[in-house]
Amino acid sequence: MGETENQGHWWIWKVFWILLIVTTVEVVLGIIKPSFLVDTIFLGTKLLNHVFIVLTIVKAAYIVNVFMHLGFERKSLKWTIVLPAFILVPYLLFILLTEAGYAYLMH
Amino acid sequence: MSEKEDYGKAWEGNDKPYAASYGKLMMWFFLITDTLTFSAFLAAYGFSRFKYPDIWPNPEDVFTHFPFLHGDHPLLFVALMTFILIMSSVTMVLAVNYGHKMEKNKVILWLSLTIVGGCMFLGSQAWEWGHFIHGDKGGIDTKTEYVVHVAEGEELSSVYSLMGVDGHDGSHHHFTTEEIISSLENQTQYNIRKADREYLSNEESITYLKKHATKVLLGANLEDNEYGHRLFADYFFFITGFHGFHVFSGVIILIIILINVIYGTYEKRGHYEMVEKVGLYWHFVDLVWVFVFTFFYLV
Repeated sequence: MGETENQGHWWIWKVFWILLIVTTVEVVLGIIKPSFLVDTIFLGTKLLNHVFIVLTIVKAAYIVNVFMHLGFERKSLKWTIVLPAFILVPYLLFILLTEAGYAYLMH
Repeated sequence: MSEKEDYGKAWEGNDKPYAASYGKLMMWFFLITDTLTFSAFLAAYGFSRFKYPDIWPNPEDVFTHFPFLHGDHPLLFVALMTFILIMSSVTMVLAVNYGHKMEKNKVILWLSLTIVGGCMFLGSQAWEWGHFIHGDKGGIDTKTEYVVHVAEGEELSSVYSLMGVDGHDGSHHHFTTEEIISSLENQTQYNIRKADREYLSNEESITYLKKHATKVLLGANLEDNEYGHRLFADYFFFITGFHGFHVFSGVIILIIILINVIYGTYEKRGHYEMVEKVGLYWHFVDLVWVFVFTFFYLV
């Protein structure tokens, strides 16, 4: 804490606007579905889905770093918290999604 | 009481690993395990979706309603729910911030608004569940475990308009597959759309249904799901339900903390760290929703 404590609330509203704008962009993209994003297939799914995933991770980073204050914690604490997720979640996704491809072929 | 003394007591040895208090650290450990739980749910959803890519329901065809508006408005209602949750996250940060400044009345104000936001979200979710359970267009189950839908030419229609009744008049409808087939024979403008989105002609539809149809599905539950593969409904109830349960527990915890704030418990204690800890949990609930929103409704 400390650094942000005496600076008013502008940083809270800044994150609020970022989250709101990113969500609006996601919803607009989801409704109009630009054809070049839908028709391009990359890594087994539409390019549009990759755009959604990147925007989601941007939102998640702002929530965790600013709202949950992790960005202001000590470095050792930061890594203790994010590393298990960074290692295990992609690992789990890799196993299950690859396996699903085989399940589809068997099915 | 100074902060140092307080932490020293908590760890009984004057150590402060990571320069974080015992309570905050334990909340973070809990949140890591919860992150992995939700990741496992969403990864399992991804598995099923990639296993049945051709017949998996399209979320935009499922969640299309908005209160008091007619017609199809995909994504709008979930966008509103997301907005409510982001807003309640903002009021939570403000409550935590005023807690640091020891301004009791401001903490009460922003904590109360957070609770209101949480209740609004739960209400929206109840509405969404209600619609999902009641169903929208109806479907026909087939022996191949795929669900087919009624269409008019190349356009998705509904079991209700085929049968000439109002699906939202509040009464309980029940149709047999024979009734559906005879309606298709009488009204040749109707046909069916197969689970893989292939439209059949009227005669093909009748032959297909006579051969495969087992049951007319109206609405969704854990057994049957008019929107498509039954796993879709199972995941929907399980994942949004588990998240909704988190929101519900969050609201309860917030109410308890609010009562403590009003009684002046934290004023006496000298710090509002409890508000900060419940804040961590509340932001986590928002964080999970960000992912559920993407993977259940957008992708």
